[in-house]
Amino acid sequence: MTQPTSNDPRQSNLRVVGWCLAGVVGMFAFGFAMVPLYEKFCEITGINGKTSGRYEMTQAKEADVSRLVEVQFVASNGADMPWQFRPEVETLKVHPGQPVTIRYIAHNVTSRDMVGHAIPSLQPSRGTRFFHKTECFCFQQQPLQAGERVEMPVVFIVDRDLPADIHKLTLSYTMYDQERMPAVSSVEKKTTKTKDNG
Amino acid sequence: MGSHAQDHHHGPAKGISRWLFTTNHKDIGSMYLIFSFAMFLIGGAMAMVIRAELFQPGLQIVEPNFFNQMTTMHGLIMVFGAVMPAFVGLANWMLPLMVGAPDMALPRMNNWSFWLLPAAFLMLLSTLFMPGGAPNFGWTFYAPLSTTYGPPSTTFFIFAVHIMGVSSIMGAINVIATILNMRAPGMTLMKMPLFVWTWLITAFLLIAVMPVLAGVVTMMLMDIHFGTSFFDAAGGGDPVLFQHIFWFFGHPEVYIMILPAFGVVSQIIPAFARKPLFGYASMVYAVGAIAILSFLVWAHHMFTVGIPLFGQLFFMYATMLIAVPTGVKVFNWVATMFRGSMTFEAPMLFSVAFVILFTIGGFSGLMLAIAPADFQYHDTYFVVAHFHYVLVPGAIFGIYAAVYYWLPKWTGHMYDEVLAKTHFWMSFVGMNLAFFPMHFLGLAGMPRRIPDYALQFSNFNMISSIGAFMFGLTQLLFLFIVVKCALGGPKAPAKPWEGAEGLEWEVDSPAPYHTFSTPPEIK
Repeated sequence: MTQPTSNDPRQSNLRVVGWCLAGVVGMFAFGFAMVPLYEKFCEITGINGKTSGRYEMTQAKEADVSRLVEVQFVASNGADMPWQFRPEVETLKVHPGQPVTIRYIAHNVTSRDMVGHAIPSLQPSRGTRFFHKTECFCFQQQPLQAGERVEMPVVFIVDRDLPADIHKLTLSYTMYDQERMPAVSSVEKKTTKTKDNG
Repeated sequence: MGSHAQDHHHGPAKGISRWLFTTNHKDIGSMYLIFSFAMFLIGGAMAMVIRAELFQPGLQIVEPNFFNQMTTMHGLIMVFGAVMPAFVGLANWMLPLMVGAPDMALPRMNNWSFWLLPAAFLMLLSTLFMPGGAPNFGWTFYAPLSTTYGPPSTTFFIFAVHIMGVSSIMGAINVIATILNMRAPGMTLMKMPLFVWTWLITAFLLIAVMPVLAGVVTMMLMDIHFGTSFFDAAGGGDPVLFQHIFWFFGHPEVYIMILPAFGVVSQIIPAFARKPLFGYASMVYAVGAIAILSFLVWAHHMFTVGIPLFGQLFFMYATMLIAVPTGVKVFNWVATMFRGSMTFEAPMLFSVAFVILFTIGGFSGLMLAIAPADFQYHDTYFVVAHFHYVLVPGAIFGIYAAVYYWLPKWTGHMYDEVLAKTHFWMSFVGMNLAFFPMHFLGLAGMPRRIPDYALQFSNFNMISSIGAFMFGLTQLLFLFIVVKCALGGPKAPAKPWEGAEGLEWEVDSPAPYHTFSTPPEIK
């Protein structure tokens, strides 16, 4: 950035090109680095309704019986997914701190064997960090034979620290047909156990 | 390298090979400008199709899918094919002349970066004739609309973006190398003309964000063909991530399109006000501040996706902060004109209109920055009005001002002032007629990117279409003026503008094929 000097211009041009190319490569890599950064950021802050993975209860806390939170259960299907997929109950009133089990029902109405995978999301997203799943069918894929019908449990605990102004949480699952997913990712999925989707 | 070439030949080569193999910054600059104007006409023709369809409610001229292809291609071509190459063309022509250099620092790369562009845009335009049609997902190509639901031609669109990105990056590297290494002795950074300054900062922006654009289209390519799920929720990805990465590129991109215009106007207003630019140093710092802030505001394009309150506040205030350095610039331009002995030749008319109309676009941008209000404006014609007010009388008027200002230097002839003023006034009226009613349409709730609309929007749409046709036709007059000036006209002196300052006016008009083979003396 100093005065142009009488140094070999080719040399100084090469230096500028080198720095610029380093910048270009760095920013290209940064574009891709945004993917895990975003994933982590959403996981930590719970924004975007991304619920975290399996919750390990370290110590059992007592339920806060003074408070009732309504939890609403929603199920929907991804593009071209023919299964019948619904929660067993639509809403439940729970005490924060109390482990609750509910079931979702999936029915493969087609005449072929299929693999489904449910992706969860929670609203309002501010409540995501206070919603813990100790067990969930969304931690695994669901292989269903033709005509098979299963009941799939979710065990969850609404945290006692849930902000007082949140009275209602909506847990929604979208069931995706894994065969529609390209081959590469479903192979990977079997080995990584989809920890990020949990 | 430049001096080596000069030892062997003194004039341009003959025939087509002059243009194919040229490493002369003036030739390449001319080719960039001609190419960008061709793209401007093609993109403009698409805008005419859009406005013809919207002339009346109901579907009368084109199918909705083709309409979507038109809005998409219009945006892509105007942004990447017209505005950006036009500024690179101006940079090629003027930067060496303004810093007293014999050529760009890397002339061979310069040739290559230009010739990539016709390849990229031929590929992009060819998608119009492919089965399934051209990209139809808007110039912002949000996933999954562009991945899962995009037409088969999307892959060609992706490669076209890759190629034009490589071209822009090479152009930017060349600009940086030229400005940092090729300045005439004595020209310190703070003595550089503002057009040079704004281009230096623009080039850094290009290097920072074009690779991110290349990255995001690469992710799309992988999602479409290689089974990844960057943007597919079914595989653990997230469509909102696309918007974050895209706008991380996209917001600096809008400054890439406007900063060189700031530079042009900062050259022209002092020349025709016959006063030095008011607040030179603050102008430089303001451009730097705008460039830095442009990286911190991207999510204001996505308030409606469900950003937490803190995020909305952060991006709202950061966005409003940009109004401060922009305000500094506007006040400095006004202060430069204040009590100046102004004359209103075509470059000055375009520059004054730039200051007024760009400010209107800036204010509607401030309205859009207000997160709670944005929920009402988002994806309506208000947004269309806003960005056309900053791009048409901003970027495009900036380019026109630059062309009229430097045309005598390029051609050696004066252009026809009466026709140029006609061009200005027709453009000014047409453009305002086309885009001002869009504010009202948007506030009343007309969504963007639709081929049909509710009856209550009819009148404003008709006015808008008439204005657009007027603006579009007027640009053919510009073509005529430039061709006429290139072919002949009153002989232009070395310095045709009384108040103009700068090294470019010290060489003859037309500028000889090789200039500043020995560096000029800086006073």
